[in-house]
Amino acid sequence: MSECCDVVIVGAGPAGISAACILADHGVETIVLERGEFPGSKNMSGGVLYGHDLARIIPDFAERNCPIERNIVESRIWFTSKEGGYSLAYRDRIFEEQRRHNVFTVGRARFDRWFAEQAGQKGVLVVCGTVVTDLLKDESGKVRGVRTDREQGELEAKVVLLADGINSLLAAKTGFRPEPDPEHVALAVKEIIGLPEETISERFNVAPEDGVSIEILGSVTRGMNGVGVLYTNKNSLSLVIGGNLKDFARLRLKPYELIEDFKTHPMVAPLIKGGKPREYLAHWLPEGGYDHVPRLYGDGYLIAGDSGMLFNALHREGSNMAMVSGKIAAETIIQAIQKSDFSSESLGVYAQRLKDSFIMKDLKKYRRFPGFLQKHEDIFNTLPDSLSMAARDMLTVDGVDKKTKQSRSWKMIRSKTSRLRLLRILFNAWRSVK
Amino acid sequence: MHIVCCLKQVPDTADVKIDPETNTLVREGLESILNPYDLVAVEMAVRLKEKHGGRISALCMGPPQAQSVLRQAMSLGADAGILLSDRAFAGADTLATSYTLAQAVLILNRKTPVNLIICGKQAIDGDTAQTGPGLATRLDYTQLTYVTAVESFDPKNKLIRIKRRIEEGQEILEAELPALLTVELESARPRRASLPELIASMRKDIEVWDKKKIEGDANQLGIKGSPTWVRKMGAPPPRTSGPRFEAAKGLREAVDQSLDIIFADGFMAEELGIPTGVHHGKDSRGN
Repeated sequence: MSECCDVVIVGAGPAGISAACILADHGVETIVLERGEFPGSKNMSGGVLYGHDLARIIPDFAERNCPIERNIVESRIWFTSKEGGYSLAYRDRIFEEQRRHNVFTVGRARFDRWFAEQAGQKGVLVVCGTVVTDLLKDESGKVRGVRTDREQGELEAKVVLLADGINSLLAAKTGFRPEPDPEHVALAVKEIIGLPEETISERFNVAPEDGVSIEILGSVTRGMNGVGVLYTNKNSLSLVIGGNLKDFARLRLKPYELIEDFKTHPMVAPLIKGGKPREYLAHWLPEGGYDHVPRLYGDGYLIAGDSGMLFNALHREGSNMAMVSGKIAAETIIQAIQKSDFSSESLGVYAQRLKDSFIMKDLKKYRRFPGFLQKHEDIFNTLPDSLSMAARDMLTVDGVDKKTKQSRSWKMIRSKTSRLRLLRILFNAWRSVK
Repeated sequence: MHIVCCLKQVPDTADVKIDPETNTLVREGLESILNPYDLVAVEMAVRLKEKHGGRISALCMGPPQAQSVLRQAMSLGADAGILLSDRAFAGADTLATSYTLAQAVLILNRKTPVNLIICGKQAIDGDTAQTGPGLATRLDYTQLTYVTAVESFDPKNKLIRIKRRIEEGQEILEAELPALLTVELESARPRRASLPELIASMRKDIEVWDKKKIEGDANQLGIKGSPTWVRKMGAPPPRTSGPRFEAAKGLREAVDQSLDIIFADGFMAEELGIPTGVHHGKDSRGN
C-alpha cells in the first residue's frame, strides 16, 4: 500500500512553500517533495522579494529571522550604450521607515531554506532529495498522486499541486503543460560578487541595512531582447544578465561571455571593483506572458508559479507571483476539501481567482509587451548608442552652439532609425503596456 | 539483538574552503552532514538487522539541529534516535565524548542488552579516530577497528568474525561479543531510503537525553572533562615534490635515472625481488 496524505506539492520553491504554509494553517496534511538536497539548492532569481506578498504567508517574517540581505530604498534604471549610459534613480525616505521591507534582497539558498523551515514548523513535511518522476492517474484520468524515484515511491493525495518551476522534467514527461518555446523563455546568468559590507554601503550611498536595485537596459545585452540587474546584498552584489533564449541562439552568444562583458561596462565596473566572485548560477525564466499561460488546473491537480508561466518580466515579479499563486491555489484546495470535490470544475475556481488577482490583471496589461520587444530590436541595438551619442555631444564643451548640436544629434539618430520608426516604437510601447 | 550506531554531524569538508589570508576554515555556508563513515556504520547495522532481526538505536551527541542525522539514520532503518544534547556536553574532546556516549550505552543496555556498537572509522572534521576505541575501552567491549567486512555474526554464541585493514594487508579476526566496530567506507555501500521510510522518519520523535538522564559525572563531561586543548591551528606546509627527470632531453636517460632512484630504495628492491645495491639502469643495458 502506498503512502497517502491530503495534498502533495511538487517543488519547495516560493510557490510550493507558500501553498504548504496556508494549507498547514488550515490543518491540511501536506507533503512537499523537493528534488534538491535542500530547499533553494536548485533555485535562482534576481534576488528581490516583496514584503507585502511575503506577509500574506508569514505575517511576522521580519521577527522570525527571515534572512533579509538589504532593504531597498533606491531604485535605478539605466539605459546603457557601449561606453556609458543614462541613469534614472528614485529614492524615498518612506522605504527606510514606514514602508520598510517594501522590497528587499535575499539569497535564495538561504531564503528558501528558511521559508521551508517555517512550513516545517507548521507541520508540513518537506521531503528533499526526491524527484517526482510521474503523475499517478485513475481510470478516468484524474490525478491521484505522484511517483518518485525512491523505492516504494508512490504517494497518493486528494490534490497534487505542481510548483516545480520552469524547467519541469515532469511537464516534459507527462505533458501536463506544454513545454515552452525558446522565444518564450529567457536564459539568465548570475554572478554573486563578494565585497565588504561597508564598501557596499559607501559605494551605493546607503545605511548598513539598506540597499539599491538597478535594472539595466540597452547595449549590455548586446542586441538581445533582455535585461541586466545589479542588486545589493549584505556583503555581496548580485549581477544578473539574461536574454531571450531564441536571441542567444540567433546571435550565437555565450552566457558567460555576456556576463564577463557586463562586468567591464564603465557603469558597472567601478561598483564591483575589488570584489571576489562567490557563486555563478544560471536559470530559465518564463517570458511568454499572458498568452502563453497554460491551463492551470485539471482533475486532481493545480499548477502554480513559474511552472504555470506566471511571471512578469517587466516588473521583476517571479517569486512574488509564485507566492501569491501558491496561496490562491491553497485556498482553492481548502474549499475543494470542504466540498470533497477535486474535479476540474471544482479546482477551476483557481483560474477565476487568479483572474481577479493582480497576477492575471498585470499579465493581461502587459500581454503585448513580450511581442513588442521581439518586434522592435532597435531598443536593444541601435537606439542605445544613438541616444548616448546625442547626450555625449550635448555635454561635450567644444564651442559649438547648442542649436547646431541639437540638429546634428537629430540627424544622427534619424540616420539610424527613421522618424516614422521612432514614432511607431513609442506608440507600440505605450500600447503594449497601457 | 541490539545494535547501537554512534553518529556525528560534521561540516561537509568536501566543500571546504580555506581563507587564504587567515589560513582558517571558512565555515560560513558550509552544509552540515552525517559523517560519511557513520553513514556506512548505519548501513552495516541495517544489513545485520535484516539478516538477524533485532533493533538498532542511533546515538548522536550534538546541538539540537544534529537531530537531522538521527532522522537520516531512521530513514535507513534505525529504530530509535537519541540525541545527547546538553550545554554541559559542549566543548568535549574524544575523552569526554566517549564518556558521554558510554553512559548513554549503559542506559540503553539496561533496557535491551547491547550486542554490538558500530561507529565510523573516524569523523571527517577531526580525523582523530579515537572516539570509537575510547568507547570500547570504557565499556570493556572487544575493539575491532578499520573493519572492511563482517564475515559472520552469531549473537547466540556471542561471536563475530570480521575482516579489517592493517598496514600490510588484511586481517580476519574472530572475536567475542559484545564488540565495537569502527568501519571503513568500503564495508557497506549506503542505500537510498525508500519513500515510506523517509516520510516515517520525519514523523518520528527524537528522544533528547541530557546530563541528568545519562547520570553523567559533571567533571567528566564537555569542556570540563576534556584535557585536550587546541593551542594553534594551521595549514600543513605544501609538499615538496620529488626529483624531476627531463624526458625532453632524452627519454631513455630519464627512465634510467628514475629507475635508479626506485631501486636504490631497499624496500622497493626487496619487494621486486632484486638484490639491493644492483645498479639496475646499467644492468638492463647489459654493460
